Amino acid sequence: MWMSIFTSVEVGLMFALMALGVYLSFRILDFPDLTVDGSFVTGAAVAAIMLVNGANPLIAVTAAFAAGFIAGVITGLLHTVGGINPLLSGILMMIALYSINLRIMDAPNVSLLTQTHLFTWIREGIGGTWAIMGVMVAVVLVVKVLLDFFLKTEFGLALRAVGDNHLMITSFSGNIHFYKVFGLGLSNALVALAGALVAQYSGFADVNAGIGMIVIGLASVIIGEAIFGKKTIIRTTLAVIVGAIIYRIIVALALRVEFLETGDLKLITAIIVILALVLPKAIAKQKETMRKRQRRLRLSAQKG
Amino acid sequence: MLQLNEIYKVFNEGTPDEKVAIDEISLDVKKGDFITIIGSNGAGKSTLFNIIAGKMFPDMGEVVINGQDVTRLSEYKRARRIGRVFQDPMAGTSPTLTIEENLAIAYSRVKPRTLRPGVTAKRRTFFKEQLETLGLGLEDRLRAKVGLLSGGERQALSLLMATFTKPDLLLLDEHTAALDPSRAALITRLTKEIVEREQLTTIMITHNMQQAVDLGNRILMMDKGQIIFEEEGARKKHLTVSDLLNEFGKMKGTELSDRTLLGG
Repeated sequence: MWMSIFTSVEVGLMFALMALGVYLSFRILDFPDLTVDGSFVTGAAVAAIMLVNGANPLIAVTAAFAAGFIAGVITGLLHTVGGINPLLSGILMMIALYSINLRIMDAPNVSLLTQTHLFTWIREGIGGTWAIMGVMVAVVLVVKVLLDFFLKTEFGLALRAVGDNHLMITSFSGNIHFYKVFGLGLSNALVALAGALVAQYSGFADVNAGIGMIVIGLASVIIGEAIFGKKTIIRTTLAVIVGAIIYRIIVALALRVEFLETGDLKLITAIIVILALVLPKAIAKQKETMRKRQRRLRLSAQKG
Repeated sequence: MLQLNEIYKVFNEGTPDEKVAIDEISLDVKKGDFITIIGSNGAGKSTLFNIIAGKMFPDMGEVVINGQDVTRLSEYKRARRIGRVFQDPMAGTSPTLTIEENLAIAYSRVKPRTLRPGVTAKRRTFFKEQLETLGLGLEDRLRAKVGLLSGGERQALSLLMATFTKPDLLLLDEHTAALDPSRAALITRLTKEIVEREQLTTIMITHNMQQAVDLGNRILMMDKGQIIFEEEGARKKHLTVSDLLNEFGKMKGTELSDRTLLGG
């Protein structure tokens, strides 16, 4: 039990990077980007192939990041230059990436069990139960702090305004096409980074690993926001990270239920997202009704 | 400052819905001019603005700003020199960003955006000073999200954001039309103050004749894509709403008198 939660947190931290990417496209740019399902695997595939060919793990991970960035940029160009609707641009890129990922790996999956990679480094170099957890916490925090800072720069503020009010940012000399393309690039770079880390952690890269990734990202964003709110950027990015971890824990716990099987995972995910979307509203409504009823009671009591 | 040379724009060209939106308009706007434009719906006022701002390009003619031909320059590039306030009070600001962040976006309009923080201590002081000139108490709410402000407050903020970097040209597109009378009066007063203080070259579209008469040193009346009446300087100063209504009457009058003649 404790072990499975511990692993959930470790994996959750890796998926938190993907969730931050989804947050960037879905919330900041207001662009529901389905590229994620493909770019997650692209990250895994690029890192895996480079590792198999003896590349330095850090370089492999950096290359995965760059590959994700390019994928996102292409989705962005499809939308901005091609004038294709956001959902469709993402779907087209996702489908295209499936074939590209197969080409990169040259097989449906690549095993990393015998390779030296980031986590074998950490296990051997630092050692102990907490090594991977510690490193991942550090990595995620660094990404979070950088992202927080970035979103408050002149450039980052303009990026946020693009998703918020594109008419306004155009009238203040912001090129919305450029910001969208760059934002989607950064988003998918983070997703691919997560893909590269997860592949090394689980010891393989699989061409089907990305299916439903966007929903998992959304689940993390929505769970986090539902629990922690989204008052400031600093708080929201933290919420997204914790949301990703909570999601993993819920899944781990759900899978311990007798009658549920591994194949039910996607269904569980969908139900979690639905609950996270519906519950906060229902709770708020219930609170409002209670407040009204109490006020009525008080008023009628005063009237006597 | 701004020259429009024989601007011509047709919509749906070659179809039954063809409509000449701008019919060879030429206009020479001098530095410091404050022009008000009136005209009925569909007269081409908004199209003219869109062509000046670069949201759409004319079919013929050229747009020249400070001697530079910008006819085909994209909207966001032109925006470095042109400030705009829209009719919709929600259009000029970003609701999920704070007041100071919105001001920072407007502040970095004039040069390429960098990876330096948008809001710095020095800028915050400047933003505060600027907000104080509005007299709405917004200077004490720098970190409030703009989505929480009222329509009037948001429009006042939009006006400040459009002007405090001293653009070469300010375009006001019926920017008081969506507000209640007292808020509209406030925005009109602020507009007058800011334009005079910063000596901004301004063009304002309005449906409010009183506003068109009270503000500015030049007035244009548009109809069917043409400028049909123009007045400036001292004569503009003495213009009254009834004079304008007379002009409107004359314009409709041609049709009217024809019909009267036929009937008679």
